[in-house]
Amino acid sequence: MTAPTATAAALVEETARRVLAEHPPASTPLPELMGAWYDAGLTWVHFPVGLGGLDAPRALQPTANRLMREAGGPEPRTVNTIGYGIVAGTIRRYTDPELAARLLRPLATGEEKWCQLFSEPGAGSDLAGLATRAVRDGDGWRVNGQKVWNSLAHISRWAVLLARTDPDVPKHKGLTYFILDMRTPGVDVRPLRQITGRAAFNEVFLDDVHIPDSQRLGEVGEGWIVANSTLGDERTSLGDRVAARGSGVIADALVLWVAHPERHTPVLRERLTRLWVRAETQRLTGDRARVAASKGVPGAESAIVKLLNSELSQAVYDFCLELLGPEGTLIDTYSLDAPDDESGPAAIQRKYLRSRATTLEGGTSEIMRNVIGERVLKLPREPRADQGIVWKDIPR
Amino acid sequence: MTREFEFDDEITELRGMVRAFCAEFSPESVVRTTMESELGHDPELWRRLGGELGVLGLAVSEEYGGEGVGLVAQAVVIDELGAALVCGPVLGTLALAMPALATLTDEDAKRELLPPLCSGEKVATLVAPLSDGGLEGAAITIQAERDGERWLLSGEVAQVPDGASADTLLVVATVGPSAGPGPGLALFAVPGDAAGLTRTPLTTLDLTRRQAAVTFDAMPARLLASGPEVVTACERAAQVAAVLLATESVSGAQRILDITVAHVSTRLQFGQPIGAFQAVKHRCANMLIAVETARSAAYHGAWALQDGTDDPQLAASLAKAVASEAYHAVSTGAIQMHGGLGFTWEGVPHLYFKRASTDGLTLGTATQHLERVAALTLDTLAPA
Repeated sequence: MTAPTATAAALVEETARRVLAEHPPASTPLPELMGAWYDAGLTWVHFPVGLGGLDAPRALQPTANRLMREAGGPEPRTVNTIGYGIVAGTIRRYTDPELAARLLRPLATGEEKWCQLFSEPGAGSDLAGLATRAVRDGDGWRVNGQKVWNSLAHISRWAVLLARTDPDVPKHKGLTYFILDMRTPGVDVRPLRQITGRAAFNEVFLDDVHIPDSQRLGEVGEGWIVANSTLGDERTSLGDRVAARGSGVIADALVLWVAHPERHTPVLRERLTRLWVRAETQRLTGDRARVAASKGVPGAESAIVKLLNSELSQAVYDFCLELLGPEGTLIDTYSLDAPDDESGPAAIQRKYLRSRATTLEGGTSEIMRNVIGERVLKLPREPRADQGIVWKDIPR
Repeated sequence: MTREFEFDDEITELRGMVRAFCAEFSPESVVRTTMESELGHDPELWRRLGGELGVLGLAVSEEYGGEGVGLVAQAVVIDELGAALVCGPVLGTLALAMPALATLTDEDAKRELLPPLCSGEKVATLVAPLSDGGLEGAAITIQAERDGERWLLSGEVAQVPDGASADTLLVVATVGPSAGPGPGLALFAVPGDAAGLTRTPLTTLDLTRRQAAVTFDAMPARLLASGPEVVTACERAAQVAAVLLATESVSGAQRILDITVAHVSTRLQFGQPIGAFQAVKHRCANMLIAVETARSAAYHGAWALQDGTDDPQLAASLAKAVASEAYHAVSTGAIQMHGGLGFTWEGVPHLYFKRASTDGLTLGTATQHLERVAALTLDTLAPA
């Protein structure tokens, strides 16, 4: 990664200030604001001009996002979480400029939401073992299968999809990456209720769904490579915000601690102290990862930060329930639309339940420890029973 | 000045230079010989670090013989010395005596005492009860009495880091009634070879870190500071030393983790490297996590004390608590992952385990520092 030049930095800053002056976030409808942001090349500054970028160094994106935030605008990725997080980079790498231009602008404005159809009931940690089949059908593909854990699928116009196009080769080699119009006949989205009572995720059933070959990204059989190119994006985009001391999940514990002096004991105080220390060292590790990333030195920190944050979240809410005592045995509601902090302030009990997912989503803690062991420490890979075996012969 | 966690080219170069020096002149074989020698360190090696490399006075300003670079640079040097377990008066001289001296208002004393410490020609130590991370006034065991124009020190101290090898001992004493009303504090300097000073070397758990019992018998001493200035000097020394021990702990933990990873990657059982088993791999991953989070806390401490960007006591206690626990966890893990070899004298892990144990019990234990963190954070939270 090269250091941003002063000229590029000035260009990003001036452009952002101009757009924000012409479209004050407070009085501009969100799609219009984000559209102007995209047209000016500020959505992904490192993308080409005309595709939401300025051909500027990626390290300047935090500058643009900070100016947006200071002007009262949204954190851009919240407009279309999956679209920003994994889809945009894939589209840029793997589609022609016309299709990219068609897809990226409404993605950037949030007018067309995106979801991800990767995980399946039989393929979680072992994603490459997935069974959804895509077979050639005229000028395109016919897809059948079932996907799960698809957040936003019920409101998405588009999906990125991994499907098996060749069952007669080892599992990683038989996958192909598609984009799917969620309005296509045969796509059935059903809400999936979680332990919180809410349905933030979906199951998606694909029944003879037709996908034109023009919506295939990358070569046939190279879906795993395409998917991993965006997993890499996720790992390098740690976010540009420096968290404040005592913010994040630990704040919930501190607020409760202050509110319930009658429940203070030395044992609980020690427990909270240790949680505070964990939160603080993790926050500092995030800062350190950000500095290392800005200097172009890839570090071990981002996988570590993911793992630690998820485990801290659970430990903090365990503590909170302990502090609440009998009140912790109650919950305000199990209704489908109960607030979850994205839609409104959530009850501590719901956060406690929700935190069970943090060590599962985006790589389980067990997989994260494998990743740290094998990719960071370079330890030998564990023996795999399905190594080199064609997919259709793997027991399932 | 670099921002927090930004290790610039200069620092990276410094680190590489010290690492190469340690690898060449203080490999494990030399560490083992030196740690069983009478003195416990090699004065010639120490002089080379101060003179030839010029890396002992990085946090001391140039007018006192240092380089005036800053505490982060000094921390990086100590981190490399710690990774190689170099035997030397790191604790007494670099971590305690130099930071204490640097706070003093007595310019003559600084000009006289600091330059030979920076050059490595002399070593020093601080004799003061700093067990809970600051000066513990009630635990002072040395009394100073006025005798005409002279001050005389009397009393015993059971454990003084680098006490036997120090050329200069900085001693905190209570000032007796003849000096005026009320007990006070004062800081004195005494030469290590003077009459009236008895030093008894002790066998230390970590043989690379020496201690001595010290007895003062009406020994003449030079007054350096008194009253609140002594408290300030001791607090600064305790905080700097806590952070430097923290960075040393991080690098020691990193080094023994590297050694452990190499071992489990080549040790074959059940027909495969044991590092392929998740039970081993996940423990190694946890060791790395401990090292990386401790590195963040330790270097935050170094930057905070260098630039004044955080409450120094909080930053120092956080660094020390986290790094001590990490070093202990990683070095115990190293013994376990080495199997039977990890329990032998010949094996490497015990050297790091003993350093970890000692660092963890020196200048405040992890729980003492956690208590300080709690007092500075949780106990200050106001009801909303």
